Amino acid sequence: MRLSWIDWTIMLLYFGFVLGIGAALKRFMKTSTDYFLAGRAIPAWICGLAFLSANLGAQEVIGMGASGAKYGIETSHFYWIGAIPAMVFVGIFMIPFYYGSRARSVPEYLRMRFDEKTRGLNAISFAVMTVFSSGISMYAMAKLIQTLHFLDVPFQKMHLPPSAIFHASILISALIVLGYILFGGLTSAIYNEVLQFFLIVAGFFPLVYLGLKNVGGWDGLKAKLPPIYTHSWQGMASPRTNLLGVEWFGLVMGLGFVLSFGYWCTDFLVIQRAMAANSMNAARRTPLIAAFPKMIFPFLVILPGIIAIGLPTQRSAAVMETGGVVVHAEPAGRGLIPVKVDELTGKPMYNEEGQPVLDYDLAIPEMLAHYFPAGLLGLGLTALLASFMSGMAGNVTAFNTVWTYDIYHAYINRAASDEHLLWMGRFATVFGIAISIAAAYLAAQFNNIMDFLQLVFAFVNAPLFATFLLGMFWKRTTGHAAFTGLLLGTAAAAVHHGLTLPLGDAPGIKGGWITVLHQYPSDMAQNFWTAIFAWSACFVITVAISLFTAPRKESDLKGLVYSLTERIREKGAWYERPAFLGVIVIALLIALNLLFK
Amino acid sequence: MFTLLGLLLTGFGLFGTKAIYEQTLGIDVNLDWGLVLLAFGVIMLYLGLRGLSRGEHLSDGGSEDQPRVGH
Repeated sequence: MRLSWIDWTIMLLYFGFVLGIGAALKRFMKTSTDYFLAGRAIPAWICGLAFLSANLGAQEVIGMGASGAKYGIETSHFYWIGAIPAMVFVGIFMIPFYYGSRARSVPEYLRMRFDEKTRGLNAISFAVMTVFSSGISMYAMAKLIQTLHFLDVPFQKMHLPPSAIFHASILISALIVLGYILFGGLTSAIYNEVLQFFLIVAGFFPLVYLGLKNVGGWDGLKAKLPPIYTHSWQGMASPRTNLLGVEWFGLVMGLGFVLSFGYWCTDFLVIQRAMAANSMNAARRTPLIAAFPKMIFPFLVILPGIIAIGLPTQRSAAVMETGGVVVHAEPAGRGLIPVKVDELTGKPMYNEEGQPVLDYDLAIPEMLAHYFPAGLLGLGLTALLASFMSGMAGNVTAFNTVWTYDIYHAYINRAASDEHLLWMGRFATVFGIAISIAAAYLAAQFNNIMDFLQLVFAFVNAPLFATFLLGMFWKRTTGHAAFTGLLLGTAAAAVHHGLTLPLGDAPGIKGGWITVLHQYPSDMAQNFWTAIFAWSACFVITVAISLFTAPRKESDLKGLVYSLTERIREKGAWYERPAFLGVIVIALLIALNLLFK
Repeated sequence: MFTLLGLLLTGFGLFGTKAIYEQTLGIDVNLDWGLVLLAFGVIMLYLGLRGLSRGEHLSDGGSEDQPRVGH
């Protein structure tokens, strides 16, 4: 991929703006609340778009485009059933506790509702997860830049080896994210996320338009692919009759309930954006406002993947690089998707049946190269880079807050002044990014980023939602029960993973590392069922132990538990009422599922 | 930013070489999309500036539904 001066100008313009936002906000960062919670002064629509954008990490765009090419429109379950109901639930029922309790983070809510040890467990596991996720974003971005070869020529001119592109990409992306968060904190991250949101829409809308026009619209695309690619619920009765390899119950319970609610309702990365809102009503509307674009995103990121696989084979030969020379090699891929090339040998990869393995992660980049001329190509690439950076930045801001408030202030230096905490937040930004870089190199050994992320979420987040659900809606739940439930829930996830294996995989990182008791038709099914087991274990154990331990006084739980908190009376125009917005969102969700069933 | 982006793309679409649009089904996408982004950028700029000038006149009275419990 060769870029012209206009593409570079667009990219530099974006980086200039990103850093400019951070620099412009520096003078407003006076207290730790300004830095970590944006002074709780951001309007609802900005928080809403940031709420959505912060989630646009490595698993979005490239990952969803890849899944679109691999699984077809069934991938949209990750957006529809796998996000929307949870976003409505968190906005209407859970935000009042997070925002109303004035907790500064999700772990801090756990301390207020349960006890110190539950907070500590959540804070530490969350901190580890954020630096890993940030590292995965960083790794994916560096890998992509390397694969697209657009830095090859500048590097050759500078007499640098091609292998330096990977390291330089990691370093530069880390420095840019560091630049804008170090000075502007969460406010800078939020405003950048809004910019990134619009940029992603601006970069991908023309891609979908051109792609669809080329294949003869949605009907043309349907005619080019087997029906299973364009129907989201077809063949869901059995894991063997759909591309995801999972049946409807595993999908609805595992993805739609446990994983989705576990992520959107308890992950501080997204909740932090709602906590930054300027009022309770704005905080509640944050996830609901985010739900509207979230529902439409499959058309921007999944559809290009489906178009890529549906196009007649044109540029599908594998691209290999030998000594800086790009060569096209057989065998041919499918549509625009090339065959995966072994990094060590430089040879095309084959599966056990002798079929070539497709490199689905290249679906979106190949589409960009295929349809975008100089100019729009720069915009499309910038949109891609923006999606990675928003994912990285979201994790870094969540990490620096949890580290500073819930680990450093809680256990290391309890007497720290606010000024010192602000300093520590900036320091945490630096070392959080440093650990992310290490995680990026570690992530290099896993080939499917999204599966790995789902695995991490399943271990850590799946039991967490049971704890929050019981904590917020059952006043009898105790701290000892919550802590034990969380620990054993995570252990249940690990044990389930260790005892099961997806078909066709060898025991190890994919599972079955204890012994193989059961084989799932796909790794997706295994992930969903791991989550279901973890959640159920945590729920049952927390209820059982709560019944044998002493509950806290009701007066201590006001504002923290549903039955002991005054109901919020909604007023104002319809678009200012969270419950009404929630009904509209759910109605649209049902309509979309019926339309693409 | 989108105003600048729109200007850049529109200018490139208008004055740049037309041969590159073969791959885009003959559509000068830079010009068309540049104009859309330009319009979007101008609207955002107008709204932003209006918000700024309004903000100067409003007192920061705080909302009635601010968090309830003190920390």
